[in-house]
Amino acid sequence: MSQASRELPPFVDYVVLPVVNVITAFIAAGLVVLAISENPVEVVKIMIVGALGTPEGLGYTLYYTTNFIFTGLSVAVAYHAGLFNIGPEGQAAVAGIGVALVTLAFDGAPWWLVLPFAVAAAMVFGAAWAFIPAWLQARRGSHIVITTIMFNFLAATLIVYLLVNVMGKAGSMAPETKMLSDATRLPLFGTLLKPLGIDLGQSPVNPTFLIAIAACVAVWLLIWHTRLGYEIRTAGTNPQAAVYAGIDPARIIIISMLISGGLTGLLAVNEVMAVQGRLLTDVAQGAGFVGIAVALMGRSHPLGIALAAFLFGILYQGGAELSFDIPKITRDMIVVIQALVILFAGALGNMYRPMLERIFARRPDRRAEETEA
Amino acid sequence: MLRTTIVSLSMVLGLAGAAFAADAQPALLYDVGGKFDKSFNEAAYRGMEKFKAETKIDYREFEIQNDAQREQALRNFAKKGNSPIIAIGFSQAAAVEKVAKEFPDQKFAIVDMVVDLPNVRSIVFKEEEGSFLVGLIAAKASKTGKVGFVGGMDIPLIRKFACGYVQGVKATDPKITVFQNMVGTTGAAWTDPVKGGELTISQIEQGADVVYAAAGASGLGVLQKAAEKGKLGIGVDSNQNHLYPGKVLTSMMKRVDVAVYKAAMDVKDGKWTGGINVLGLKDGGVDWALDDNNKSLITPEIKAAADQAKADIISGKIQVHDYMADKTCPF
Repeated sequence: MSQASRELPPFVDYVVLPVVNVITAFIAAGLVVLAISENPVEVVKIMIVGALGTPEGLGYTLYYTTNFIFTGLSVAVAYHAGLFNIGPEGQAAVAGIGVALVTLAFDGAPWWLVLPFAVAAAMVFGAAWAFIPAWLQARRGSHIVITTIMFNFLAATLIVYLLVNVMGKAGSMAPETKMLSDATRLPLFGTLLKPLGIDLGQSPVNPTFLIAIAACVAVWLLIWHTRLGYEIRTAGTNPQAAVYAGIDPARIIIISMLISGGLTGLLAVNEVMAVQGRLLTDVAQGAGFVGIAVALMGRSHPLGIALAAFLFGILYQGGAELSFDIPKITRDMIVVIQALVILFAGALGNMYRPMLERIFARRPDRRAEETEA
Repeated sequence: MLRTTIVSLSMVLGLAGAAFAADAQPALLYDVGGKFDKSFNEAAYRGMEKFKAETKIDYREFEIQNDAQREQALRNFAKKGNSPIIAIGFSQAAAVEKVAKEFPDQKFAIVDMVVDLPNVRSIVFKEEEGSFLVGLIAAKASKTGKVGFVGGMDIPLIRKFACGYVQGVKATDPKITVFQNMVGTTGAAWTDPVKGGELTISQIEQGADVVYAAAGASGLGVLQKAAEKGKLGIGVDSNQNHLYPGKVLTSMMKRVDVAVYKAAMDVKDGKWTGGINVLGLKDGGVDWALDDNNKSLITPEIKAAADQAKADIISGKIQVHDYMADKTCPF
């Protein structure tokens, strides 16, 4: 993680700082909205009500959140090992191929029987696509940023080739596999919860969301409560010291990238087995890149990532509602608003740190003095 | 409290929806390429604007950002009582099928794909016929004996364009070489004029002097670079001759505007029908563009040959191969 000059209390670091950043971003976005002569308050209201105000809207928000949690965790695990994984887009695409192969092979079988195999295939295929850049980094010193970006394009090429020439539905114009049968397709929460009187409409949120929450807990346990997690953090903070401590950095690079790719792969279960019910050419649809912002904003901590993913879910779903209701706000405007949030919460994430340090740093300082005494 | 607000709000919306459903309240759903791509989606936009100008009836529209929004947008339109709801692009098929089943009383239309439901009008074009004609014109206009094709993505639809084009070129002069390149493998392939331009330069450096673009907004880069290098481009979907007057040889027009306008008008006039509309040269669904901007490039000889081929295709004397028929291109 970013090295602070002075330690902030965790509450300030993980809650106050991100909140201040997001508020700044919204003020900046509000100015943009003003510039096209729309009312910023109205815009925020539509976004919030659209994303959280109706059960169906909330369902869409949580669907986006699911994807962003997976890619955010993926980027974070690699980041703890000192690696910048830009490849979630490609890893998710290849995982999509894996999920499609498994679900199509078992097509017709009940979904709860197929789900464990689909999850396994997603993780194995995602990890396999991350393995090659990891190996090149560990053994040949090829920079992982470059190789993972290249592997995104390779994955896109592979998936288009497979869908057009090998796996595609016969006689169809669209590059996509055939639709899964209803029995095999992962049911949406809207369908599952209807008997209980909870109506989520047709929103795409589905049991994969629970897998995402479980993944958050698993990553938290892994990074802070296992020996491997300790090794990952050590190698990430200082590879030389790690060697001195008997840790093989090359091994850690490969293992953490495998975990990273596997986590991203789970996104394919959400998309292929549940939401779309078939394999399309673009599996991650930008969620891989959003994951980088989510991990930065969440300070690579699963709780922070879950919250940041939820915020981006709100931005995505609220943004869609916004362009429905105010035609003047086009999808490009929404990208601008999202970009401002990424700018202030991610890239300029430490802008307020010196100021907050002056306000809050007294406490840890005193604690330090006490230990010295 | 909140719940009552939501319930009363949805009741109001529901009532409003019911009131609107009787009249034409068109809605338009663009594909990822976006509304102002100067090409495919923009043609749909123009058709709808024409409808609006003539009837004074406003319409709703939405540009999608990701696949999950397709169903969401269609359902949103349907709930608000829009009809017809016109979806642009083959990628919308699964979403249209699902939402059209949920709202059987409302009318849907989809361009470039067939959805077999009674309340859906499927509009597909014979792109190969129009591409054959511009291939013929390219072959006649080429001095180097080499022509190019820049497609968006290597998918069946684009192969259909390419195959018709190659057939048109080879039917005119079998010795002409045709270079083919695709812009990309992701959705960005349709919105990347820089890459389209680079591929054009590469084809020109290999000797091509006419380049046909079938790549959505990426095609703008093709036409621009061809014009800059003093060569000729061929536009697609909309009439793009005006973009670089005298530098765009012609455009393969796919009259999405006419189809969209007609779908909205038919609902307004109560003449709407479901089913499959296949639009080729005969129906004016595809054609090549001739206007003041490219008049000087089209010699009487080229025009005569193009008109003759058009008549022959309509009469069935020339059979243009449809890539989708057997998923192969024999040329």
